[in-house]
Amino acid sequence: MSGPLLQVEDLHVWFDLPDGGNLHAVQGASLSLSKGERFGLVGESGCGKTTAILAMMGLLPPSATVDGRILLEGDDILAGGDSSMRPHRWTDIAMVFQGAMNALNPVKTVGFQITEPMELHGLASGDAARRHAGELLEMVGISADHADRYPHEFSGGMRQRAAIAMALACNPRVLLADEPTTALDVMVQAQILQLLVALSNDLGLTLVLVTHDLPVVAEICDRAAVMYAGKIVETASMDALYHDPRHPYTRLLFAAIPDPQGKEEVVSIPGAPPRLDRPLVGCPFQPRCDRAFEPCRTTCPELRTVDAEHAAACHLNDPALMVSS
Amino acid sequence: MSRAAVEPVESRPLLQVDGLVVHYPVSRGIVGTLTHKPRQRVHAVEDISFALGRSEMLALVGESGCGKTTTGQAVLRLVDAESGSILLDGRDIAKLEHGELRPLRRRIQIIYQDPYESLDPRFRVRETIEEPMLIHGIGTSKADRHERMVAALQRVGLHPPELFTERYPHELSGGQRQRVAIAAGLVLEPELLVADEPVSMLDVSVRAGVLSLLDELRRSGLAILMITHDISTAAHFADRIAVMYLGRIVEEGRAGEVVTDPRHPYTRALMSVVPKRDPRDRSTPQILTGETPNPIHVPPGCRFHPRCPVAQAVCSTEDPGLEAVADASDDHRAACLFTRLAGPGFPATAAPASTT
Repeated sequence: MSGPLLQVEDLHVWFDLPDGGNLHAVQGASLSLSKGERFGLVGESGCGKTTAILAMMGLLPPSATVDGRILLEGDDILAGGDSSMRPHRWTDIAMVFQGAMNALNPVKTVGFQITEPMELHGLASGDAARRHAGELLEMVGISADHADRYPHEFSGGMRQRAAIAMALACNPRVLLADEPTTALDVMVQAQILQLLVALSNDLGLTLVLVTHDLPVVAEICDRAAVMYAGKIVETASMDALYHDPRHPYTRLLFAAIPDPQGKEEVVSIPGAPPRLDRPLVGCPFQPRCDRAFEPCRTTCPELRTVDAEHAAACHLNDPALMVSS
Repeated sequence: MSRAAVEPVESRPLLQVDGLVVHYPVSRGIVGTLTHKPRQRVHAVEDISFALGRSEMLALVGESGCGKTTTGQAVLRLVDAESGSILLDGRDIAKLEHGELRPLRRRIQIIYQDPYESLDPRFRVRETIEEPMLIHGIGTSKADRHERMVAALQRVGLHPPELFTERYPHELSGGQRQRVAIAAGLVLEPELLVADEPVSMLDVSVRAGVLSLLDELRRSGLAILMITHDISTAAHFADRIAVMYLGRIVEEGRAGEVVTDPRHPYTRALMSVVPKRDPRDRSTPQILTGETPNPIHVPPGCRFHPRCPVAQAVCSTEDPGLEAVADASDDHRAACLFTRLAGPGFPATAAPASTT
């Protein structure tokens, strides 16, 4: 079996703040993605999910400092700065931005917006590009003759499909999708999720689904990482995350979403994620945690393996600490 | 006593909507007007009826464009009803002149989806909550209004109130903002609260807190009309659910019964596409193709028939009314010629023989 397609190792992102300080948005995140895998990146707003995938695209603003390694088939594409990142952006790693369906250019046809990246990357032009745009539209479930239409002639679900077609224009191997279904109705959400599954199956596309909605991830992903305060606090198969969560945040995130049968109690997680513009003492989740104990106030738990393919950053998994307390 | 013309106050629902119709005219543009192109109408709400009692929460559930928000706005008299009646405590408010609306507005309050937009960014929390009292002449003095403001903040769970009174919206989290918006409605001591997607803009971690607050307010006597696209939330917090599709209520009943024994094919499809939390729970979602049709050109017969997995020929001609379903509670109604006849466990895709 071949090695992982895309690896992120010890990724850090700092943003410079106007007052001279900085905000440590991503604090040492590591991921390993194999070909054709569907992976979820989950957490509340402000926990660093979007920053992490923008770093993987090399699209962070100049105020950001990025450190770590991003390996595409073993080659570090982060080390050489923008010049080493650019050849892979869109052609190897592509992204559907949050709210992309509302960010299409209103005065250009949808077809033009899909052919533009192909022409800019020199992959196709003229009739060939238009033909490929038609194929892409068909692939995402839109009739090819709709290429001449403008975004306002599309419904929300169709605009989201068009945004996905745009991201696929240069035949990427990895698709990063940031909250692709958040503003959509449940039925349209189900259609888009079905499309993402079909694309990953048919094209062998590696999909990273970024969302705050754990059930959406549970619906289509094989594995997921839960982020909190810039760190990955738990990563495992979806099955293990739901049936055997080893971090209280994961368990509470599941419990915060009502189950459709209306049976289990819904909980809210008190408080809010911590500010990341100052150093944190102890576990960042400790003030909101229902199972915090003494070590959580002083020491930040490391992400450690708790089971095969399952890691969590919580002192509750440390037998030595549990015995002494 | 024969059937009294006036029902006793206790048994009368606070809100009784009957045959509500709301249409929006479509602009023809200057060319259309000059050429006398026929005026088109958006059939936003088409003949819906429901009742809501005190201490009750009714959820209107449906996708964008189904008419749930328009229904809420009609109850608030923010849009005018084409026909139908809206009885608030026995009095029809659908035909009130605009001058008569102010006392009504005090009795019915609304909270909007987006607390980032519904609060004035230049108003401190104190000002946001005191302004409605000034408009409606509530409170005898400045001190009295301050006391009511503090009490409202406490009631919505912002403790201690003095920590919040002088803050601006940008200094509050999303959940806190929505609580302030609720407090600004509560100071008027309304009887009915319309909550239009009250948590869909909030982070998942704080949603349950705001919904539990609404639940507490309901217990204390408030009637709540919740408008939501999320049937899971409705299942948890509402007493009854009315599922809307294309301007009609297609199924209505007790919340638990509608989600565990849905009778309309649309409700069944909606339930099947709610993402499951348990990855082992891999029942096949029944994904409807296409999107809700344009409410300008409503399909004939049953409005759902073009997307319905169990539609028969008769469905394209016969419009099923909302009627009681077999083998269920009396107040469980569905608008389907076939599935309402079937008991629990009736397979969603099996089509019974046509009756024509």
